Amino acid sequence: MKRLKLPPWLVLLLPAILILSAVVLIPLVLSLYSSFTSYRLTRPDSIFNWVGLFNYEKAVTDAKFWAAFGRTVLLLTVALNLEMLLGLGLALMVSKVTHGQRLLRTMMMFPMMFSPILVGFQFKFIFNDNVGLVNNALQSLGITDRAIPWLVDADLAMFSIIFAEVWTATSVFGILILAGLYAIPRDPLEAAKVDGCTSWQSFRYVTLPFLMPFIYIAMAIRSLDVARAYDIVQVMTNGGPARRTELLWTLIGRTGYVDARMGYANAMGYISIFLAIFFTVYFFKKLTKSRKELGMGA
Amino acid sequence: MAQVHLRNVVKKYGVLEVVHAINLDIADSEFVVLVGPSGCGKSTTLRMVAGLEAISGGEVHIGGRVVNDLPPRERNISMVFQNYALYPHMSVRENLGFSLKISKRSQADIDKAVDEAAEILSLTPLLDRKPGALSGGQRQRVAMGRAIVRHPEVFLFDEPLSNLDAKLRTQMRVEIKKLHQKLKSTIIYVTHDQVEAMTLADRIVIMRDGHIEQIGTPLDVFENPVNTFVATFIGSPPMNLLDGVVKEGQIEFGDGTCLAVPPAYSTYDGQAVTFGVRADNIMPVGHALPRGEHMAEVEMTVDLTEPLGTETLLFTVLAGTEVQAKMLNPRPVRSGERMTFQIMLDKCHLFDADTGATLKK
Ligand SMILES: Nc1ncnc2c1ncn2[C@@H]1O[C@H](COP(=O)(O)OP(=O)(O)OP(=O)(O)O)[C@@H](O)[C@H]1O
Ligand SMILES: [Mg+2]
Repeated sequence: MKRLKLPPWLVLLLPAILILSAVVLIPLVLSLYSSFTSYRLTRPDSIFNWVGLFNYEKAVTDAKFWAAFGRTVLLLTVALNLEMLLGLGLALMVSKVTHGQRLLRTMMMFPMMFSPILVGFQFKFIFNDNVGLVNNALQSLGITDRAIPWLVDADLAMFSIIFAEVWTATSVFGILILAGLYAIPRDPLEAAKVDGCTSWQSFRYVTLPFLMPFIYIAMAIRSLDVARAYDIVQVMTNGGPARRTELLWTLIGRTGYVDARMGYANAMGYISIFLAIFFTVYFFKKLTKSRKELGMGA
Repeated sequence: MAQVHLRNVVKKYGVLEVVHAINLDIADSEFVVLVGPSGCGKSTTLRMVAGLEAISGGEVHIGGRVVNDLPPRERNISMVFQNYALYPHMSVRENLGFSLKISKRSQADIDKAVDEAAEILSLTPLLDRKPGALSGGQRQRVAMGRAIVRHPEVFLFDEPLSNLDAKLRTQMRVEIKKLHQKLKSTIIYVTHDQVEAMTLADRIVIMRDGHIEQIGTPLDVFENPVNTFVATFIGSPPMNLLDGVVKEGQIEFGDGTCLAVPPAYSTYDGQAVTFGVRADNIMPVGHALPRGEHMAEVEMTVDLTEPLGTETLLFTVLAGTEVQAKMLNPRPVRSGERMTFQIMLDKCHLFDADTGATLKK
């Protein structure tokens, strides 16, 4: 009897292939498939109800979806830029400190050590209009005598979410940019001084180009992070009030698990992933380019 | 163009003093070379003049101003660094023009100055490349170009040639000398290579352990070293040194060998001395040494030879100490061969055996 003989490379790869298909491939295919059905969690047999591109058409014509999409892009743009500026400032200051720099570096990482859920609860409390820290402080300082509805007013709620997001993640930029600052060779900076640069000009023309790759790495990491933002928003405002802080993934989560329309949620999910992919690819392109400018390989 | 004066300049890192109150006066458009062994404080001194290192004590004057508290950009200097220190993200053209751009000169001005500098240093075909795409020698030229576009009052060079191969180094040395003749600016040049120092300098400053040992023209420091350190540091091969005692017109060395005292040093009877003679002044009989009055003849065994083409170095032993002699018009020499050498006593030096300081003639 002849036994079936697999080529050795396949045998060796088989465990990896099996695990990957179990945890990645099958869920991916299943979710992609279900986005073409009217699958509802409450009626499992609906997964066989093929509806073609119906879910996708519905999503791209859904004003609520595009509002959430726009809000996510807004959050991404504002939060990333703020984090970058603050992180840069922080890193520059820490790098100038002569004593206790190690301690400061550790402290810089503190916000990253908390679960986003906890951060959400913390800021939900801080911005609470009755018992919150901010309103209490403002009132006792006599700056206002009203209870400012931080988490209820649409603009203020968005502001509060961005604030919380920036608080947690500025250190990502801070740490990466600090690493960049340590990696800058001393010579070109000294050459710039001799060439007549003020400290601002040295920063602008020498330090910054050297930091750009680090900034783009942080951007790529954070754009993925923010594009899938869910936890902080879910906890702080639950996408409300009246969907005024609804982001892509809070909307998708609600559609999938609360409304139980999983097929539709998956369709929106697949569209949303393009957002994340787009930003990541964009920042990686920038990263490669800035590295090339510095002559650091392709 | 400008004079540079260092007045009791001190550099301390914490409690560690690495430059000890040095004084140096550099004339307008003079080419001064700081030379000394590694770690003697040459770079530190240069960087204090540049303004890259704070001055712990004393004063630095450039062009009549005390510049201690001025940042580099207000000192009107430019500097060439050992590792080139080019801006990797800028093209050669941008590297060259950067200082002018910073000082808000018009684009036409910048282009003109850059083209001129590129022309002088044959960089024109490379203007659009990035430093990463240049060879070491080309980078070095860009670094120099960057220094000359501004027409500063003082050029500072910190071992600019030490990363180049021997041939390129010789070539660039000539370029730098030409450049100095053309630009007529004041140059302070740091090197640990005494050949570079000798060939480039109007005056050489020899440093050791944060002190200046001697300042003088290349010939001066070569012919009249103030102590044994300078005598062995300047000149290649280093001066041969032998310890002995002056006795009745003779120097007696440790093993009993005697040589006549060089005529200029007749007054040191009884003193312990270090006798110094360069290889150039010990030659086998018949090898192009002018026959003079004060000549000593010794027979020595050649242990080793180093043929250099136009001359051959002979390693022998005199009075128990290894000495190097020189042979012009070389012929093959076997090791172990015994030869008669002439020592030109007029050209010999005596140093104090304890302090190493030269004895007055
Ligand atoms: N930042 C520093 N802190 C403490 N000591 C230093 C510092 N920088 C330099 N030194 C010391 O100062 C001395 C002079 O250094 P410097 O760089 O001027 O030497 P150099 O003559 O240029 O040597 P080389 O030929 O090796 O470049 C050295 O002994 C060095 O160890
Ligand atoms: Mg040095």
